[in-house]
Amino acid sequence: MNIAVCVKQIPDPATPYELDSENHWVIRPNDQVLDDTDRVGIEVGLQLAEASEGTVTLFSMSPSGTLQGIRQALAMGADKAVLIDDESLKGADALTTARILSAAVQREGYDLVIAGTESTDGFTGVVPQMMSEILDVPCLSFARKVETADGLVTIERQTSSGYETVTSPLPAVLAVTAGAEEPRYPTFKGIMQAKSKPVDNTTAAELGIEPTSGQTITAAEPVTARAAGDVIEDDGEAYLKIIELLEELKVI
Amino acid sequence: MAIWVFAEELEGVASAGSFELVSKAASMGEVSVFYVGTGSDEIFAALGAHGATHVHHLDTGDVLPSAPAAAAFAGLLAEAGDDLVLFGMGNTDRDVAGRVAARLGSPLVANALDVTPDRTITSEINGGTLAITTRVTSDGPVMVVTRPKAFAATDTGGGAPVVHAVDLPDTGRSGGATITERHVEASEGPDLEAAAVVVSGGRGLGGPDKFALMHELAGLLGGAVGGTRAVVDAGWVPYSFQVGQTGKTVKPDVYIACGISGAMQHVVGMKGSQTIIAINKDADAPIFGVADLGIVGDLHKVVPQVIEALQARN
Repeated sequence: MNIAVCVKQIPDPATPYELDSENHWVIRPNDQVLDDTDRVGIEVGLQLAEASEGTVTLFSMSPSGTLQGIRQALAMGADKAVLIDDESLKGADALTTARILSAAVQREGYDLVIAGTESTDGFTGVVPQMMSEILDVPCLSFARKVETADGLVTIERQTSSGYETVTSPLPAVLAVTAGAEEPRYPTFKGIMQAKSKPVDNTTAAELGIEPTSGQTITAAEPVTARAAGDVIEDDGEAYLKIIELLEELKVI
Repeated sequence: MAIWVFAEELEGVASAGSFELVSKAASMGEVSVFYVGTGSDEIFAALGAHGATHVHHLDTGDVLPSAPAAAAFAGLLAEAGDDLVLFGMGNTDRDVAGRVAARLGSPLVANALDVTPDRTITSEINGGTLAITTRVTSDGPVMVVTRPKAFAATDTGGGAPVVHAVDLPDTGRSGGATITERHVEASEGPDLEAAAVVVSGGRGLGGPDKFALMHELAGLLGGAVGGTRAVVDAGWVPYSFQVGQTGKTVKPDVYIACGISGAMQHVVGMKGSQTIIAINKDADAPIFGVADLGIVGDLHKVVPQVIEALQARN
């Protein structure tokens, strides 16, 4: 099975990102990390590829920087990566991102496209769905469990009250939740091999996509944060503070 | 300008979020609902009471709704002017919103908290720490995916809407996915989204069996139990417990966060709570930045003490 996994390099979530003052775009440092939630999609892809003697190709649209995040993904075992690092894609919206990734995936060929549910820096959460429409395939979203057999992929799809079992022919787009698999840790060998795995660069123009957007961010303002209240160290009696507060609020 | 609202049927009724969106839409213009589900006169009347004048009804049966719903909805919107199209954050809402936007080449704004008739949309990013204002610069409809509870549902006593049956479109291989089984993972006690008190657990609980503590405390306070994405993904509690970006948004009088670090993902779903109490062993946990009362300590000691004190009062 030929598996495409969409991954994203993001600013380290431990240090909250900033927006540039002119366009309100995320300032992307040279050193970006692999979005942790992408590890799950990579794991699902690796398992499916291992079972079918297939390949896993990573697709990522972002400034490459030091490629730290991409190497982290390759170190898990993915075979190669296709990057779209293009100045004209700075500040691209979800639809442009989906068009670019779809064109790249289509050019390389695929049986299954795997993505996370939403990125940790953007949280738009619609790129897999947009890709499925562009590629004209089913969208198996919010998948918490994935199985394949006889050319069909079957998932447990989260719903507000539980889950539903959904079966689909291939090709398809699959968007997984972090519960779908426990991602493997890269081995030392994997980390060493990742340094020499092929990373192809392409551009929007080469993919025949002209970035457009029907929306513009006109302002970005800090939200007045909730004021932090009292923080106390538990000395064995801290529970009394909770009881007092619940009384004061007339909850009890 | 027309306002469109996407509504999905959940367990025999229109989703709670769809009434919030219809109410907001009715304050801006004439409301048409695109409804996916079995449907009934009662359901359509309820949408009408909140301000819907037209309901376009599609029943997708056992076909996964996203592809056919998007194709049919996009068909209706193809003739649309500079309209607003409102979606909630439900899973099918997001599937259909993304597909419709791709089909029509329309802009899409997610995590919206407010929207105006001149198509200015306010949303929050970065864990709700930055408010973003987005303006639509293209002609034609814009998809606005709004956070739950951004708007209040108001029954204004509107009459029954005009219902238009929508035929299930043939979407070829896009529509090839089918739902073969549906499972409800029921939770007991008060509704998480409506409860006055919410007791939530995170990774710090240590294991799924420790959720018994959360249930015991919630029970004593007449509250509901919630959890973080991490514990839902770990399989400790069902997705219906999840509070946060990808789960439910709660605004209770009191939110008690136990063993929750306070990742952005979680905080956006609970920072609207009146009072927040947090118990965590890590003094640097970001949850203390939003808590009215923070206890740095072992929840396995503190929570049983609270439970004991509450039991002693009863």
